[in-house]
Amino acid sequence: MDKFRMVFQFLQSNQESFMSGICGIMALASAQLYSAFDFNCPCLPRYNLAYGLGVLLVPPLILFLLGFVLNNNVSMLAEEWRRPQGQRQKDAAVLRYMFCSMVQRAMIAPAVWVSVTLLDGKCITCAFCTSLPVEALGNASHRGLPQGEVKRVLARIPCKEIYDGQELIANEVAVRYLRCISQALGWCFVLLMTTLAFLVRSLRPCFTQAVFLKSRYWSHYIDIERKLFDETCAEHAKSFAKVCIQQFFQGMSKDLTATHCHPPRKAPTDAGEASDKLLGITDWDTMNIALKSWHRCKPPLHLHPDAPHSSNGWAGEWQPHTQPPAPRREAVAYYSGV
Amino acid sequence: MDRFRMIFQYFQSNSESVMNGICGLLALASVKIYTCLDFSCPCLPHYNMAYGLGIMFVPPIALFLCGLILNRQSLVMLEEWRRPQGHRRKDLAVIRYMCCSIMQRAMVAPAVWIVVTLLDGKCLICAFSGSVDPKKFVGFANATLAQAQEMLSRVPCKEDELMRNSTSRRAVSRYLRCWSQALGWSILLILIIAVFLARWLAPCFNQAALLQTRHWSNYIDIEQKIFEETCCEHSRLFAHQCILHFFESMRKEIRQHSFDLPREKEGEEDLLQGITDRDQVNKLLKMWYYEKPPLDVSQVTHRHPLGQERSPPPCAGSCGARSKFTQHTHM
Repeated sequence: MDKFRMVFQFLQSNQESFMSGICGIMALASAQLYSAFDFNCPCLPRYNLAYGLGVLLVPPLILFLLGFVLNNNVSMLAEEWRRPQGQRQKDAAVLRYMFCSMVQRAMIAPAVWVSVTLLDGKCITCAFCTSLPVEALGNASHRGLPQGEVKRVLARIPCKEIYDGQELIANEVAVRYLRCISQALGWCFVLLMTTLAFLVRSLRPCFTQAVFLKSRYWSHYIDIERKLFDETCAEHAKSFAKVCIQQFFQGMSKDLTATHCHPPRKAPTDAGEASDKLLGITDWDTMNIALKSWHRCKPPLHLHPDAPHSSNGWAGEWQPHTQPPAPRREAVAYYSGV
Repeated sequence: MDRFRMIFQYFQSNSESVMNGICGLLALASVKIYTCLDFSCPCLPHYNMAYGLGIMFVPPIALFLCGLILNRQSLVMLEEWRRPQGHRRKDLAVIRYMCCSIMQRAMVAPAVWIVVTLLDGKCLICAFSGSVDPKKFVGFANATLAQAQEMLSRVPCKEDELMRNSTSRRAVSRYLRCWSQALGWSILLILIIAVFLARWLAPCFNQAALLQTRHWSNYIDIEQKIFEETCCEHSRLFAHQCILHFFESMRKEIRQHSFDLPREKEGEEDLLQGITDRDQVNKLLKMWYYEKPPLDVSQVTHRHPLGQERSPPPCAGSCGARSKFTQHTHM
């Protein structure tokens, strides 16, 4: 655990290494997922192509969408895109920057999956074994077989245990050929992806550096502002709850002193701060009444500026707001035009 | 744990060691990828050469590009190269130095791949088994040319039924592997000697200029990092001020429209900023969504829209960065 924490601290030390760390982790996860996946070619003429291409193309799509789902900034982008303009203009360059960086990060795991799949070779072997050039690679005998039969035999190439076409074409020759094609495609794909990444990264300082600096600053700002707003709201909610509960207990304490026949035992005066915190509730029955009242009749979400004289509903009845209604209505009317 | 912490701290200590760390990781990754890769030579006459040479040269190109992409200094160098001159002259020697150091670091992983490939031998055997002279080997000397070609191209495949127990196959394989390993060790020796000479002879030529260029290239790197950190810090403070102003303006508007002025109480009520009601909180949140406050935390009441270009507030202490930034905002 400590090691993970230190790795995270190192990665978070600056933005760039954090991003590289995330990319590396996603690439490793994708490679690990592929090696954990149990590839089972069906070895039937039409199913092979569907299965092979399905394994090659469907998981990358899922990983791409997962990359979007797991990215916290997606909701930030959506919020910024859909918010009403109000007093703050929207900057299309910032939205484009956020979208591009999210797409780039989401593309890593699918690209790694496709590369690893192609370099491993099982998918292409499974998908295209029925399209082998038998004339070039096969043995000279058994030319007379009908097309369907040839395809059925070829479809079994990936399944060595049940392959029965050794006279038509040797299993090793076919597998080697298909795997060679697959690896060539894989390395070409890897080269293409790295070239694209290199071009995207290196052309930016040559053309749009000023716009980039601006977009990066404001997208970072939007992220921080949202987080700070959430923190401020959480702090506010904490203070609100504290005052609300304090006022509840004070109300309870006043009600109980007002209605009890005998006053509650006063705590010894030298107890100091601890007795203050007890807010006048010092025995079992009183506490039970307070708890029951809290459950049956929570106080309104309205903090009184001064100590309330009315009860907080300890008897179980619900009491309306004590604030004079007229100014509140006016406040409501002011904001309803928004 | 302490050792790991020291290692991490060492690597973070300056950007050069970070880049050395990345370069080392990439070299290790290239060895790991080679060992994980399932090398299967097609053992077919024209495909062998393409496959063998492809495996030997295409991954190094990809690793080289990766080395350039992962190196932060390449971006810094490009920015320095392409920036408008402004108030700061450009020093081509610094840019050249940075370019050289980037290229050197990016070339490590491809060199490791090529050397490992040659020392292992499979690639060369696959690529050149068809080009060997059949007359030198007993098993192939009597065959026709076409047959010899066919058999030679199957040499890399040990499990092939024709070649399984052929001593000539093993002879060709050993011959090619010997050449491959000799080539591999020679390349390694040449590279090491070149690096050694470069390190030893560099101080003999123009050491003072080298010290200067190294200093300024470090400076540019550090300046870029500090600028980014300052921007982050600034945006945090900006956001903080903006939100406080927002809450403050909400409090003012609430006070204007309610007759009972809440008494200022100490403690928690201060933190509530006058927002003490469910409806008030709801209105605040709705206002935050529908009408975000303008990006202007100066005390004046008039508001600037976001799109208007204005120079950033002065960043304390980094006047050079500031001048570069204002240059960019005026583009």
